[in-house]
Amino acid sequence: MSIPADLKYTDTHEWVRIEKDGSLTIGITHHAQDLLGDLVYVENPKLGRTVRKGEECGVVESVKAASDIYAPVSGEVVGVNEALDEAPQQINESAYQAWMFRLKPSQPGEIEALLDAAAYQKLVEAEAH
Amino acid sequence: MPFIPHTEDDIREMLAAIGVARIDDLFDEIPAALKSSRLSSIAEGLSEMEVTRLMAERARDDGHYLSFIGAGAYEHHIPAAVWQIATRGEFYSAYTPYQAEASQGTLQLLYEYQSMMCALTGLDVSNASLYDGASALAEAVLMAVRQHKSCRRVLMPRTVHPAYRACVRSICVNQGIELAELGYDPASGRTPVEAVRDSAVEFAALVVPQPNFFGVLEDVDELTRSAHERGALAIACVNPTSLGLLKPPGQWGDQGADIAVGDGQPLGIPLANGGPYFGAMVCRQALVRQMPGRIVGATVDADGRRGYALTLQAREQHIRRSKATSNICTNQGLAVTAATIYLALLGAEGLKRVAAQSHARTRGLVERLEKAHGVSRVFAAPVFHETVMRLPRAPREVLERLRAQGVLGGLDLSDAYPELGNALLVCATETKTEADLNAYAAALTQCLRAAA
Repeated sequence: MSIPADLKYTDTHEWVRIEKDGSLTIGITHHAQDLLGDLVYVENPKLGRTVRKGEECGVVESVKAASDIYAPVSGEVVGVNEALDEAPQQINESAYQAWMFRLKPSQPGEIEALLDAAAYQKLVEAEAH
Repeated sequence: MPFIPHTEDDIREMLAAIGVARIDDLFDEIPAALKSSRLSSIAEGLSEMEVTRLMAERARDDGHYLSFIGAGAYEHHIPAAVWQIATRGEFYSAYTPYQAEASQGTLQLLYEYQSMMCALTGLDVSNASLYDGASALAEAVLMAVRQHKSCRRVLMPRTVHPAYRACVRSICVNQGIELAELGYDPASGRTPVEAVRDSAVEFAALVVPQPNFFGVLEDVDELTRSAHERGALAIACVNPTSLGLLKPPGQWGDQGADIAVGDGQPLGIPLANGGPYFGAMVCRQALVRQMPGRIVGATVDADGRRGYALTLQAREQHIRRSKATSNICTNQGLAVTAATIYLALLGAEGLKRVAAQSHARTRGLVERLEKAHGVSRVFAAPVFHETVMRLPRAPREVLERLRAQGVLGGLDLSDAYPELGNALLVCATETKTEADLNAYAAALTQCLRAAA
């Protein structure tokens, strides 16, 4: 599975899409869902919550593991994908479509620090060794 | 018979492999001052015959008392079949196994237990049990705070068992949880609903004991409703026997309690030095990911046959490590085995009869005790199988005299509730006959007269 070139990434395996209005859409990467296996539960942050970069703000749980989701940048939660409550498997089916939540960044400079597709590709390859 | 499987040769070989001369060298980092060369207070070994004799003598010292003490641990008739079956080899070493699915019998038993607890409480999901009622209540408080997220204060009525409150304090206070105590109405012995409804502070949950420590039945519907109106969870702390008669927590108020806990001891576990007992914990489906402990689920195998598996394990410490729902819980496999057999033997009808009989015996006891000079009920509200009586003299003194006559008259409340004066908590279950009740009343009359 190729890593979409138009997205940004974190070293904790979240992907970030920069929307036209400046908000960020966040999900977990194909590689992350592949490591977790069949997802059975997604816990998203509450709408309106403010988070700091790197703060735990959600959980994805599979039949064999549970993993925290970290805020890629600081900001306010302005949207959550409620469809995942009933259908967490959407993340397994298409990780880059099944977004988890949206952030309105409060420190736009932090976006610069996110990884691009090539850097994330390297990270995944390094983990494989 | 040697219980250590290693031979001298094995030990030498292992020591050689790690380059150590003697086993003692493994402990050389412990300063000599901290080592005790001999255990002077530990007696020399005894033969099996000597131990049997010693223990028989000690057992005689326990005496044979007629007990009217409840206060969280209750004497009930336990059908002989319960422990006959529970101590079969297949069950006796029961524990939620590490290779869980290889032990289908254990899992099936736990699944049956969970199903019974759900039926008894009217809630959706039960875990495979916790240590005891007190630690189950502490876990319920932690669970409620996790679920609520925005508040870390819990309303704790003083009508909750004092030992439970102490246990909850020990476990929760260092986690930044505030326990706000609620007083009780001195006339009824109940927690006033207004104290919850009009609470000046926000709270994540309210603990609702039923019956409460005084044996009194709380207004569980209104308390539950008030907690929910304030955006808080309702935690039921119940005596499982009472649920044979009383409304299950799942039906309290409009939406039911969110979590129910209780001590399982009354369900076939004998009174023995305070334990081991077990804690029951049941909750609504929506809270299941916050629930601690093991949960057994039913499933089908590759051939479509029924089987059992541990489920929702991602909550647990072997997967979630420090972020698990609890890092101090386990289940009480053997006690739960006995409780499951007890409930299966009694059935719903049998449990209801135990509850009704216990209630009737306590009423009969109160009627008799009230005839003694200067003895009266402290609280006016209805009770289950326990109640508080006021004595004309200090309970400590009266209880001592009663014990000399072979009667354990109840629990002296003057330490835990000094404001109640000469208050004694008494309990009678189905194990007491009319003659027993008469014997207690006669002994009490005599003790009070002798003391006057």
